[in-house]
Amino acid sequence: MRLPFGPCAHIQRQVFKPPLALLTPSSQIDLQALQLDDARALLKHDAKDSQQEAGESPTGYLQRVIDGLCEISLKDPLTGLGNRRHLRSTLERAIETVARSGESVLLLLVDIDHFKAINDTHGHLAGDQVLQAIANCLADCVRPMDTVVRYGGEEFAVILPHCRPLFGRAVAERIRQTVASLSIPVAAQTNVQVTISTGGAYAPEWVRSTADLWIERADQQLYRAKTSGRNQVCLDQPQELSVSAEEKGLLFAHIATDEATMIRNLSGDAPPDSQGNATDRVNA
Amino acid sequence: MNDVLTPTAEHPSTAKLPLRPHGKVLAVTSGKGGVGKTFVSANLAAALAKRGHKVLVLDADLGLANLDVVLNLYPKITLHDVFTGKAKLEDAILQAPGGFSVLLAGSGMVEYSRLTPEVRDEFLRIISSLVPHYDVVLLDTGAGISDVVLFAVSLASEVLMVATPEPTSLTDAYATIKVLVGQQQRQTVRVIVNQAARPGSGLAITNQLQQVLDRFVVTDHPIRLVHMGDIPVDPEVRQAIMRRQLLMQATPGCPAGAAISQLARKLEESVIPKPA
Ligand SMILES: Nc1ncnc2c1ncn2[C@@H]1O[C@H](COP(=O)(O)OP(=O)(O)OP(=O)(O)O)[C@@H](O)[C@H]1O
Ligand SMILES: [Mg+2]
Repeated sequence: MRLPFGPCAHIQRQVFKPPLALLTPSSQIDLQALQLDDARALLKHDAKDSQQEAGESPTGYLQRVIDGLCEISLKDPLTGLGNRRHLRSTLERAIETVARSGESVLLLLVDIDHFKAINDTHGHLAGDQVLQAIANCLADCVRPMDTVVRYGGEEFAVILPHCRPLFGRAVAERIRQTVASLSIPVAAQTNVQVTISTGGAYAPEWVRSTADLWIERADQQLYRAKTSGRNQVCLDQPQELSVSAEEKGLLFAHIATDEATMIRNLSGDAPPDSQGNATDRVNA
Repeated sequence: MNDVLTPTAEHPSTAKLPLRPHGKVLAVTSGKGGVGKTFVSANLAAALAKRGHKVLVLDADLGLANLDVVLNLYPKITLHDVFTGKAKLEDAILQAPGGFSVLLAGSGMVEYSRLTPEVRDEFLRIISSLVPHYDVVLLDTGAGISDVVLFAVSLASEVLMVATPEPTSLTDAYATIKVLVGQQQRQTVRVIVNQAARPGSGLAITNQLQQVLDRFVVTDHPIRLVHMGDIPVDPEVRQAIMRRQLLMQATPGCPAGAAISQLARKLEESVIPKPA
């Protein structure tokens, strides 16, 4: 299975601001004095090498332990996806980017339809298998730059940066159809099929919103998808701030003129008076 | 000519300043990031100072403007300390190399990048106490149309919209102007075309923007764009930044420098009273 998120060094640098005293080079780290047992146990449980390797410096080792713990703290143990905390930090970072660049970022909330029925019919182990299968499927459906997290029980979230409004629905539909076509083995000779409902919202372009508000907008759409029959995608309309294709066409007219000018200049014709009847408004 | 800080709309992120200051507040904004707002703010301030105006530049991008880098100033006391009550406003004002004053935000200001009522009030208090002491206060705003940017712009009597001829910059400038019309009932936006492809192209671009606005933005108070000038692409701009100098000090006579001097003259003709 593909790891849903890379090494978490960047997050760690954001989250931890060690007091300056800890950073002074004079303090030689004494690993014995540090009570690392719980940390080691956690890492081991996550199948990570938890012992100091031969030749590894104490600082290097400690850094590796910290990296490992950071990764675990952002991960959902059942599916290996990011968890709620990971979602939050990803959303907050996305909000910063959007506020500065106006880039489109889409948040999808995905909820498995009638999940309780699977648990009731096939048992909780089967339920877990379904969750894992859906997690893998979601991670496979999106680009490496996208983030998939397990948001709650049978609810997942997908964050898609650089996702133009035109593509958002197509991606969400593709995910919905791929999940619906899955046949998930939960026991010998028993496969189940599930569907998902999806609600989505774009980060409001240019506006520094909050993660909570953004999730809430996506959640309202998820509710809409659920109440209008499940197995469907509902997306929040992007902000009306957008500039229509017609407006853009007109806005960029000068570029065509400029290009024409350049071509004509290159071909040796006299440069045209491109300003034509434009009047200087400064002294108006 | 309207000498009051523009009283703006009923939008929650805008406000009325209580006093009738003698100074002019000019917001430098763009929509798209990286088009040269900070470059224009700092060098225009120097050009105006040279013409005898008392100018202050405020980092309304809350620490992300890199004004400190452009001006090579790394003060101990910043706007952040004023916000947190650790320092007095006058102690945070610095003398910049170009002969103007500057109020830098400090790295901690990012915490204030959400427009809470406290941030609004503090901003309002700071700007209203600055204005009577200067001829011109330039607000170097952040990229985007965030609520902080819109609020900063709402405090200004004039908007200087910096755009480049690129489609993305034009689209964002256009989107910003639409918001300013709808939300703040702006009637005039002054356009500066930076990194202009060739002399005169900025006027054509401004007229183009005006046409699209006239056609698509329907209001009872039509918006008027005023083309203030073009600044050409100039290698000296980067050179000055690399040397940590202000362009207007390093090479004021270079094409970009001359364009900025020209811009200062035009502002004096239309917006800022000539110095006494
Ligand atoms: N006329 C010009 N000629 C050459 N380079 C330029 C010109 N104007 C701006 N630049 C370059 O563009 C860079 C970005 O400019 P600046 O930081 O002023 O943009 P900004 O709009 O303030 O960015 P932000 O949105 O991040 O605040 C500058 O470092 C400079 O190198
Ligand atoms: Mg800037």
